[in-house]
Amino acid sequence: MGKVVTVTSGKGGVGKTTSSAAISTGLAMRGHKTVVIDFDVGLRNLDLIMGVERRVVFDFINVINGDANLNQALIKDKRVENLYIFPTSQTRDKDALRKEGVERVMDELRDNFDFIVCDSPAGIEHGALTALYHADAAIVVTNPEVSSVRDSDRILGMLSSRSRRAERNEAPVDEFLLLTRYSADRVAKGEMLSIEDVQEILSIPLMGIIPESESVLKASNTGQPVILDKDSIAGRAYDDAVARFLGETREMRFIKAEKKGLFRSLFGKA
Amino acid sequence: MSADLVHGGMYTVMVVQVDDPNDSNFESRLADQVARSPSFFANAPVVIDLKNASGLATADAFQSLKRLFKRQHLIAVGITNANGTQIRAAMNADLAAFPSSSSRRSEPAEPAVAPPSPEPRAPTPAPESQPAPALVALSGGKSKVITQPVRSGTQIYARGTDLVVLASVGAGAEVIADGHVHIYGALRGRAIAGASGDTEARIFTSKLEAELLCVAGQYLVSEAIAPEYRGQAVQIGLTDGVLTISKDR
Repeated sequence: MGKVVTVTSGKGGVGKTTSSAAISTGLAMRGHKTVVIDFDVGLRNLDLIMGVERRVVFDFINVINGDANLNQALIKDKRVENLYIFPTSQTRDKDALRKEGVERVMDELRDNFDFIVCDSPAGIEHGALTALYHADAAIVVTNPEVSSVRDSDRILGMLSSRSRRAERNEAPVDEFLLLTRYSADRVAKGEMLSIEDVQEILSIPLMGIIPESESVLKASNTGQPVILDKDSIAGRAYDDAVARFLGETREMRFIKAEKKGLFRSLFGKA
Repeated sequence: MSADLVHGGMYTVMVVQVDDPNDSNFESRLADQVARSPSFFANAPVVIDLKNASGLATADAFQSLKRLFKRQHLIAVGITNANGTQIRAAMNADLAAFPSSSSRRSEPAEPAVAPPSPEPRAPTPAPESQPAPALVALSGGKSKVITQPVRSGTQIYARGTDLVVLASVGAGAEVIADGHVHIYGALRGRAIAGASGDTEARIFTSKLEAELLCVAGQYLVSEAIAPEYRGQAVQIGLTDGVLTISKDR
């Protein structure tokens, strides 16, 4: 029975899609049969980040409506074994996420995959609530700033009251905090909340800290999940995060403010 | 027959004072009060207080009173402070007789008791030209205990009793009690104690970072809270009618 992992945040632009792409790729690289679904109906992005935009024929909504079956809509990743991308529709809107239809598709995916990673849209409306409803685990993506933390707190409240597990009085959804766009320098200057501040407010287990990095932007523009970039600290931080999600203990890396040497400050290379 | 088929339970019930059921204003006044917080009142059980009631000596009279409450989405379950004739008539209308109110918990002096609303009331509510029917929450006894963090956007109300939170209250969350509010964690959202007018109610928190504090209608917003109390373990209560924060326990 597969596990549904919803990547959510409340706030937009914090890195949900980037994280969904990296985490699903990381899970597949460890041998778990994984599918990543785009719940952001009407604002389809996951296919771009995954670099499969030219291979989309049928989408999530087609399958919900019974116009296509799963096998027709799932796109097999060419880089990583065991990884499938389930794109959404760009022409429809969130209302197309009909409850029974989504339920049927999710049940079918649970039977066929180890992990079903759901890339939630921002907000707390129907699309986000639908992605959250099916979660067995939730990865709450948060930036170290006040508004993002507050929105994450709101989403955590909804997870405990609006998920299917809550509705059926089952064990609560497993919650993980993923801190993204973290800049140790800016924390040191007091421009960002510290890891401790965020953890104190949200009080859920920290799965990883992804440093702000140019490699993330480069990765999205080239359609390569950043976790595949072994030279990038963001990629390695995602790899650690996936390992922690699967129960490994790993020390947090890349969280110290860098002391610039004389040479570096002279030439301004970060 | 199984011995545990019947067991005791304590519940908070609203009491509505009915003086003259034929008063044509009664229903509209009741409707006004219900309209202020429809979700609070929706299908709530009520006990009819007949302390000053005249008439109401027949089952039919009680039946029509039940229908009146039903129209306001309230369910009349019984009567209190009734005389013998009224009790017999009420029982014929399937209304139970509750004991007289001598054991009632300290009633607020103000007859009109507003339930918690999303916005705090002004420090002193403007007296209405016509008082609304008295709706007084009775103490249910047992405090409400919350063990999980109260997340942003969540509202928790301990009706007729105290609220104990064993975690933090997030920014944008709201914890409300008719009695005291205890928070064994940081208070970053809003806390309202004595929501039905109990001026003795207090708020306790181990870390004050509140957006708003309110006791029996008196409130302080975040920017009005003196900086020396920020992040401190404090209690908040009314002293001579003024909302006061103090560090000493």
